[in-house]
Amino acid sequence: MLNNLVNSIDPYLLQILVNIGIGIILALGLNIITGLTGQLSLGHAAFMSVGAFTGALLTIKLGLPFYLTILLSGSITAVVAALIGWPILRLSGDYLAICTLGFAEIVKVVFLNLDITNKALGLTVPLPPSFLPMPIIVLIVVVLAIIASAFIQNSRFGRALMAIRDDEIAAESMGINIARYKVQSFAVSAFLAGIGGCLYGHFLGYINPSDFGFLKSIDMLSMIVLGGLGSVPGAVFGASILSAAPEFLRFMSQYRMLVYGALLVFLMVFRPNGLLGGVNFTDLVLRKLGVKPHLATHKQEGQ
Amino acid sequence: MFLQQLINGIALGSTYALIALGYTMVYGIITLINFAHGEIFMVGAFVGLLLVSVLKLNIFLAMAGSMAFCMIMGVVIEFIAYRPLRKSSRLSALISAIGVSIFLSSLAMMVFGANAKGFPSEAFPARQLHIGNADISTLQLLIIGVSALLMLALEFIVQKTKIGKAMRATSEDYNTAALMGINVNFVISFTFALGSALAAAGGVLVGLLFNSVSFNMGLMAGLKAFAAAVLGGIGSIPGAMLGGLLLGVAEVFGVAIGYSSYRDAIAFAILVLVLLVRPTGLLGRKILKKV
Repeated sequence: MLNNLVNSIDPYLLQILVNIGIGIILALGLNIITGLTGQLSLGHAAFMSVGAFTGALLTIKLGLPFYLTILLSGSITAVVAALIGWPILRLSGDYLAICTLGFAEIVKVVFLNLDITNKALGLTVPLPPSFLPMPIIVLIVVVLAIIASAFIQNSRFGRALMAIRDDEIAAESMGINIARYKVQSFAVSAFLAGIGGCLYGHFLGYINPSDFGFLKSIDMLSMIVLGGLGSVPGAVFGASILSAAPEFLRFMSQYRMLVYGALLVFLMVFRPNGLLGGVNFTDLVLRKLGVKPHLATHKQEGQ
Repeated sequence: MFLQQLINGIALGSTYALIALGYTMVYGIITLINFAHGEIFMVGAFVGLLLVSVLKLNIFLAMAGSMAFCMIMGVVIEFIAYRPLRKSSRLSALISAIGVSIFLSSLAMMVFGANAKGFPSEAFPARQLHIGNADISTLQLLIIGVSALLMLALEFIVQKTKIGKAMRATSEDYNTAALMGINVNFVISFTFALGSALAAAGGVLVGLLFNSVSFNMGLMAGLKAFAAAVLGGIGSIPGAMLGGLLLGVAEVFGVAIGYSSYRDAIAFAILVLVLLVRPTGLLGRKILKKV
């Protein structure tokens, strides 16, 4: 029945929708480390890449059920991120950013030279054994990711992360273990990036290490900054707009990227805090229900 | 062999250093990672190419023309895309810079096409010199010479002139400098102009060195130059020069001992390793934590 439902949607539209879904998962992931914890990561595409290749290899070599593949590729990516994050999260601000960028380039070049990732030829990913159609799986993961993000933001963990973002020294003197929380949020963030990558690879059917370069990381970053840093609806909104924008701008054919670049500049100049900057998902729901939300003022990333 | 590779490395490294200087100066003053800087380098290369091949200018005149063009472009970009964002979060300015970068590279692709173009061979008739057992091209000497000259000129401007003093003061403390009557807006525009001119010179030199100018040459060169700036300690002018030279030499030697397929990772691997030992780069100042 679900198959019929999915098949009844125009395949082109379906493809855009799935792209948006994957974009949302990636943006929510990056939002945890950059939006909530305030640590700029310019190399998140590397985690997407690790997730995509782990997922593809699990399907090709082991033929695991798809839900297991998704979970495993997310977890393995999280472990990789924790290992990388442990030494480099000591760095401050932009030194951390360039380090993540460096790691992403290294991961890309290493994958381009490994036999198991089929070097520069990339991997063809077969459709995994699963009883749900792919778009439905993406939809489920998106919903889970949104719920998880909203929970994280309003949990003790999330509040600790925001305290680190707003003032590291103050957070530290309140007894927050900065190093531990940073590594944890990095891992959680990479977990989502890995899952996004795994879905991306299986949906597209082909992955190449060069797909996960600097521009992919920048795509994700643009999504959350455009939507509004640290805001779950912002990440969802930004990811939807930017994933769909290249399709909507398709009628301009060769001017597409030109307009996209100019659009980024204009949106930033006119809405420097993002389209939904400082909007909190649960506050919105509570307000709809007539409950007065606790007024947490969200200071944006900055000094 | 060693001498040969060293010269190759220094030639490549001085072009990285020229680009890295722009990153480091802009960062030093407004703490913005100017991601459009790599594209200014690319535009500089194209303008130089046009001046040489269409207007048949001498290569030095073409370089000067390209530097002047990019100076204006840098100032205009700052005015349109960064100045309105000076008071808002740094990430917004970063995304704006990325927007400019995407805009410029796609504009270049539309105007000049997707294929790489080369300088005409008469632009700079390079000869080979034999020194010891090394083959050194006069082109490499030109690159090293021009870069050294430009860096000396920059050092002179920053250390000995009034505007240089204003630049140093602004990078030391933006607000205090403004209170002391320094026209901070002018200083920032001037910094962008200087950095863009250096990047344009770098673009023309790299175009000559690899005999290839293409719309996407700015991305990798920009990232590596940024890595060089951070390696030297971002905000530090001697640091950018040192970082650029180190990365260039390391890259050439890495390729020479057989890691050519890892070429693009070498610069970043060195960067990450150095940052783990010296978290603010080689010549960077220690960041003070104020409570």
